[in-house]
Amino acid sequence: MYTQSLDQQGSKTEHAADAETAEQLAAFQKRVDAEEKIEPKDWMPSAYRRTLIRQIAQHAHSEIIGMQPEGNWLTRAPTLRRKSILLAKVQDEAGHGLYLYSAAETLGISRQQMVAELLSGKAKYSSIFNYPTLSWADIGAIGWLVDGAAIMNQIPLCRCSYGPYARAMVRVCKEESFHQRQGYEIMLDLCRGSDAQKEMAQDALNRWWWPSLMMFGPGDAESTHSAQSMAWKIKRFSNDELRQKFVDATVPQAEFLGLRMPDDDLKLDEASGHYNFGEINWQEFYDVLAGNGPCNKQRMRVRRAAQDNGAWVREAAEAYAQKQAAREAA
Amino acid sequence: MTTDWPLYEVFIRAKSGLSHRHAGSVHAADDEMALNHARDVYTRRNEGVSIWVVRSSEIVASDPQDSAALFEPAKDKIYRHPTFYEIPEDVGNM
Repeated sequence: MYTQSLDQQGSKTEHAADAETAEQLAAFQKRVDAEEKIEPKDWMPSAYRRTLIRQIAQHAHSEIIGMQPEGNWLTRAPTLRRKSILLAKVQDEAGHGLYLYSAAETLGISRQQMVAELLSGKAKYSSIFNYPTLSWADIGAIGWLVDGAAIMNQIPLCRCSYGPYARAMVRVCKEESFHQRQGYEIMLDLCRGSDAQKEMAQDALNRWWWPSLMMFGPGDAESTHSAQSMAWKIKRFSNDELRQKFVDATVPQAEFLGLRMPDDDLKLDEASGHYNFGEINWQEFYDVLAGNGPCNKQRMRVRRAAQDNGAWVREAAEAYAQKQAAREAA
Repeated sequence: MTTDWPLYEVFIRAKSGLSHRHAGSVHAADDEMALNHARDVYTRRNEGVSIWVVRSSEIVASDPQDSAALFEPAKDKIYRHPTFYEIPEDVGNM
C-alpha cells in the first residue's frame, strides 16, 4: 500500500567520507540515466543503498502496521461478502510487507534487523495508520482514499532504478487496484443507503481526506531528499505533483458519491484544469510523525505483542527443523 | 530468541507449458515451510501451478564484474543470427 514521505527520516550524515571515486559515481549515474536497472550485486553508491534500505524498510513496515486499522473491522464486517473481501485485503497487506522486506534484504540488511528497528521505534511507518477506524465507513474511505493515494505513489515506483524494488512494486500495484475499488464500492453502497449511512460515509471522508493528502509527504520546498532521489530515479515525481494528481482524480469521484470534500477552498481552476485546494495542516503531520497521533502507541503495542506472542511458534518451528535435519543426517 | 531463518528463493510456473520464473524470496525454518510460505505469499491469485523453492545460499551466481569477460565474446558474432544472411526474396520465406 503505502509509501509516503518516506524520505523524511534521513540522517544528514549521508555524505560522510565514503571511499567512492568520482569515476564510480559518474559511471553509476550514467547507468541510471540510461534507464538501466541496478541489481543487487552491482556496484552502487553507499548513500543510494542507505536511501533504498530506509525507504523500502519503511514501506514494508507501513504495510505490516497497515493491517491493524482494517483488522479492527474483520470481526464486525456487515456481511460475509464484506468480511471475505476485507480478510483478503488484509492478507494482501501482509504479502506486500513480505515482498518489500525481501527486496530490502537484497541490499544487505537482515529481516531481523528491520523488524527490530520497527519494534524499537527507530524505523518509521506511514503516519496515516496512526488514525483510528471508528466506523465501517472508514474501511470504505481507507480503500478509496488511502489506497488511492498509495497507488499514485506506487505506480511510478514500478519504474524505480533498483530492480528488486521495482519488481516488488509491480506485484503490489497489480493487487492494489482491487483494494481501491472495494473501498469505493463500500462508499457507494453507503451513499445509496439511508441518510444515516450517507452521513457515516461523509464523516469518514471528513476524517480521512486531509491525512490522505499528507501521505504524499511535505511540499516540494520542504522535502529534504527529493532532489537526490529524483536524480537516482528512485523517485519519478515530486510530492506536490503526485498530490495534485490525486486531488484531480478523487474530487470527481466524491461528486459521484454525492459527498462534500471537507475543504472550503477546493475549486476547479478552469485555466489549468487542476483543482486548487486549501492549506494542509503540516503541524498535525509532524505531530503524528513524532509519535503523537491518536493511535501511535496502540499500533506499536499491538505489533510488539504480536511479536512476543508468536515467539513460541517460531521457537517450536526452529526446534522441529533442527530435529528433522539431525535425524536425516543420522 | 530465534535466528533469522534461512532465505529461500521462490520460482513459480504460471501455467503448464511455461518455465518457472523467479518471484521473490521467503524465510523458512525448513523446506516444507518454505513451500507453504511461498504458496501463501506469491500465489494468492492463481499465479501458479507449481512452485520451486531453493535455499538462496545454494545458488551460484556470476559476478557483475566478470560480465565483460563472460558475455562480450558473444557480441561480435553476429553471424550467429539469421538476419546476418541475405537470401534473395525470390527464394521465399526461409
